[in-house]
Amino acid sequence: MTPRIERLRERSLQTPVTLSIERALLVTASAKRHLGRHSVPVMRALILRDLLTAQSIHLGQDELIVGERGPAPRSVPTFPEWTCHSAEDLRRLATRPRIAYRIEAEDIARYEAEVIPFWQGRTVRERIFQEASPEWRAAYEAGLFTEFMEQRAPGHTALDGTIYRRGLLERRAEIAARLAALDDLADPHAFERAEQLRAMDIACEAVIAYAGRHAALAAEAAAAEPDPARKAELSRIAAVCRRVPAHAPRDFWEALQAYWFVHLAVITELNGWDAMSPGHLDQHLRPFYEQGLREGTLTREKAKELLSCFWIKVNNHPAPPKVGVTASESGTYNDFTQINLAGLTPEGESGASEVTTLLLEVAEELRLLQPQPSLHVSARTPESVLLEACRVIRKGFGYPSVFNADLVVQELLAAGKTLADAREGGTSGCIETGAFGKEAYFLTGYLNVPKILELALNDGCDLRTGRPLGPRSGKPETFSGFEALYAAFETQLRWAVELKVRMSHRIERIVARMCPAPFLSVLIHDCIARGRDYTDGGPRYNTSFIACVGIGTAVDSLSAVRTHVFEQGATSLPRLVAALAGDFAGEEPLRLRLRNRTPRYGNDDERADRLLQRVYGSLLQAIDGRPNTRGGRWHLNLLSTTCHVYFGRMLAASADGRHAGEPVSDGASPVQGADRSGPTAVLRSLSRIDQARAGGTLLNLRFLPEVLQGEADLAKLARLIRTYFRLNGHHVQFNIVDDETLRRAQRRPEEHRDLLVRVAGYSDFFVDLDPGIQEEILRRTAHAAG
Amino acid sequence: MTAFDPAPPTVRAAGDPSAAEGMVFHIMRFATHDGPGIRTTVFLKGCPLACLWCHNPEHRRDLPAVVWDGRRCVGCGACVASCPTGACIAAAGKIRLDPSRCRRCGRCADACPAEALERTERAVRLETLLETLERDLPFYEESGGGVTFSGGEPLAQPAFLLAALEGLGRRGIHRAVDTSGYADPGLLAAAARRTDLFLYDLKGIDPVKHRRATGVDNGLILENLARLSAAGAELVVRMPLVPGINDGHEDLAAAGAFLARLPRRPPVDLLPYHRAAAGKYRRLGLEPPLSGTSPPAAEALEEAARLLSSFGLTVRIQGEAS
Repeated sequence: MTPRIERLRERSLQTPVTLSIERALLVTASAKRHLGRHSVPVMRALILRDLLTAQSIHLGQDELIVGERGPAPRSVPTFPEWTCHSAEDLRRLATRPRIAYRIEAEDIARYEAEVIPFWQGRTVRERIFQEASPEWRAAYEAGLFTEFMEQRAPGHTALDGTIYRRGLLERRAEIAARLAALDDLADPHAFERAEQLRAMDIACEAVIAYAGRHAALAAEAAAAEPDPARKAELSRIAAVCRRVPAHAPRDFWEALQAYWFVHLAVITELNGWDAMSPGHLDQHLRPFYEQGLREGTLTREKAKELLSCFWIKVNNHPAPPKVGVTASESGTYNDFTQINLAGLTPEGESGASEVTTLLLEVAEELRLLQPQPSLHVSARTPESVLLEACRVIRKGFGYPSVFNADLVVQELLAAGKTLADAREGGTSGCIETGAFGKEAYFLTGYLNVPKILELALNDGCDLRTGRPLGPRSGKPETFSGFEALYAAFETQLRWAVELKVRMSHRIERIVARMCPAPFLSVLIHDCIARGRDYTDGGPRYNTSFIACVGIGTAVDSLSAVRTHVFEQGATSLPRLVAALAGDFAGEEPLRLRLRNRTPRYGNDDERADRLLQRVYGSLLQAIDGRPNTRGGRWHLNLLSTTCHVYFGRMLAASADGRHAGEPVSDGASPVQGADRSGPTAVLRSLSRIDQARAGGTLLNLRFLPEVLQGEADLAKLARLIRTYFRLNGHHVQFNIVDDETLRRAQRRPEEHRDLLVRVAGYSDFFVDLDPGIQEEILRRTAHAAG
Repeated sequence: MTAFDPAPPTVRAAGDPSAAEGMVFHIMRFATHDGPGIRTTVFLKGCPLACLWCHNPEHRRDLPAVVWDGRRCVGCGACVASCPTGACIAAAGKIRLDPSRCRRCGRCADACPAEALERTERAVRLETLLETLERDLPFYEESGGGVTFSGGEPLAQPAFLLAALEGLGRRGIHRAVDTSGYADPGLLAAAARRTDLFLYDLKGIDPVKHRRATGVDNGLILENLARLSAAGAELVVRMPLVPGINDGHEDLAAAGAFLARLPRRPPVDLLPYHRAAAGKYRRLGLEPPLSGTSPPAAEALEEAARLLSSFGLTVRIQGEAS
């Protein structure tokens, strides 16, 4: 790490996270000016233009890559047009013990006076809830599912390499050509397209001007700078900002800055869920890196320094804070920018290069919360790259996570992508598969699969509250056998999915009508060609996803009921349901029997794993392939972020012996502590489902540090990963930490500020985690050395 | 060998029913320290040695079939109800097995919902074992791994071991045998024909010290090692390093000289003594041995490795450059 990077890193780590009301004030003033005078897309573009013209810009000491979304590093704006925080929300954010966002009392007062009154009744969130049926609302409040878009815009956007080849001026020319070709006679929707294209053009112009403001600021700073070395840097920054993103970048520095301006504009335009990612950054930068070395204008060290500057920039941008239920769903500063490494090129060759290695080194040295790297391993990926990644994994920060590039391609092909688009795809957010630069991937929320089983066991009623939610699918005493119960499970599942999908279709339309994203649309193929917005079917691919949570808990619960009620007759179903409702009070032997004497998923035990296949099949049947409103289809993934803790709180005791309120299983992983046959058994169990049909399956494995001490152990980890991928696994990520370390960190958080652990599809500082999640990580099986 | 030594096991006749079923105390998948690659290690019951530092006391045949952990017990009585011979007795808040009536069937442990009763052994049929060992075949293939038989002393169940090795060989799975070498030479030769790698324990050269530390003479062990080496068997010699017992300069120098004289010099793995087994001893109702002994210091390990290397041996310290 160079001294510059050490200083920048330290500043990024030490600066407290604050909330800035500047964006909210500007957006409010701008909306007042434009509302009703323009089409919605043009209005949104004008708001973006006003923002990029008026918001404070920042040029920090030591910086080489410039630009912040807020007025200063770690200063986070709000997006009142989507979700307007109340004064109470802001006060709570400022004072909560974890993941706080500081804000001055006078700013809260100003927010209350100027922002809140205007947006009341005008936000996307309110519009969504107006459309919610009582049935949907009851299910939502019972924790049967969540809804992402009540808080944030659709995200998961990752880019392809277009921005490095074509500047925004060139994109404006494309837009102009497309506008000129419109014919209202041949195309009855030409006018709508024209408005959309005009909006895109305004947005491009605004982003170019925004870069220009930075150029001017840097030039001014250069003029005043006494130190000749810094003066030269500032002049260079000014030159870079004059060049990109208006024009295509010509060198490594310009390429990084071009991406960064585009990134900032996207996350200023809207608060997309799972922010924004550059996609295959190593592949995008490789030509600039090699050219720089060849021409003698770049060294490995300089490239690494620039990459480190970029890395810190991402870390300067904590996630915009949420309100209400989702605070516990996802309590983290992480905004999920994921850097895909290695993988495949669109031509099918290995994407690994020296830049891959550089980025791994940067991630390892900087040890920041964001961004988080993922290694994409294809059969063509050199072993040396995988070993380098394993060496970083061994450090125990939880990253890089590891993906099977060849399976990702299969998944994308199965979802209808072309081969080249599939290869250029990868993962964003946690583990979600998408075609980079060509897809709008709407993750609509999480589905509580164990809750669905709870409804099936209790005639459609919530076991915690007794409230009827789903269809009357039969009282426990009426089930003649396991098949009857399973049929009730499928009935409840279909009902829950249809309830969610029905509402999501309304939400998709609300979003497209109220909050289009003209700048993001410029970046994603084929929005310009179609003259349609990112949110409205403009992209080449338009998918809607439901993330299914707790499949491990659901499978083990089904297995327990089958084994102990229907096979061994140890108890009757009504008695079991009564025990669940009473959280096993006075039934400890029964609870332990269910927990310990049941074939459980994660042990390479066919009895449980066949049930996993069956539940997965039922989920696919209920969700996969339904049409959405944007010309695309619904798919599923197995992913929970931290929602498995929230869903557990909303769940009575379950038949796998889990107590009421405890977390359900995370991602696609086995229930915490239920996998007792070692990691190979876990991998074999999960590989029994056809993961190519999902848009991502998340697996957590935890090892004790002793397992990975030697070099030979590292190679064994690499072979473990390769074998899982040979068995068609999608993803695996590792925690390398023992219980004692975590317990120590709980006792003395101040001494363990830097302890990074893998939570869900991301790492977080252990001491920043909600205590429920801390305990959940401790409950995960820690595989020991053999 | 003196009259006081337990007799080394001999090969039983073909068709011996014990070839169809063996006594196992543990099967560990993703074993990473018992030979090359990712392995499954099968721990077989029984051992003619009684090493002071033994890390796997579960091998002992004199243990009760089931041990009880009072912290887990919820007092439900399922174990007592399940026992066909009335050997499982609840008295004074404790569960106890009457050895005179216990037929070692393990039903009480199977019935326990709380996992308070734990089996110390399990009879496993050969086909079941092979089916289990085959499960991780893709992991063996990717990593150059396979199956390791350990114990106890795997050669203490000769017919079962040979049959299992044979079965794995037919499946193309790499086989390692972790042995004390205290076995009938004919049996060892039979095993060698079905084994790809021996992890051969060398606990000391001095016969008196060896007897004191393990209960048996080491003459047979050293002869067997020389025979295997001469026969061209793949060998890794594993030397447990126990402070105050076998880590003296002259002990190591003698071992180095002996190994250097073998027809083929084997690589040596140093296995530092550790205390991780103390919990197991307590669970089994046994007093952990050598409670006053500390694991060897890193410098001592390196010194030992240097000394052995000076005999032209390739030495690795387990957990480091393994």
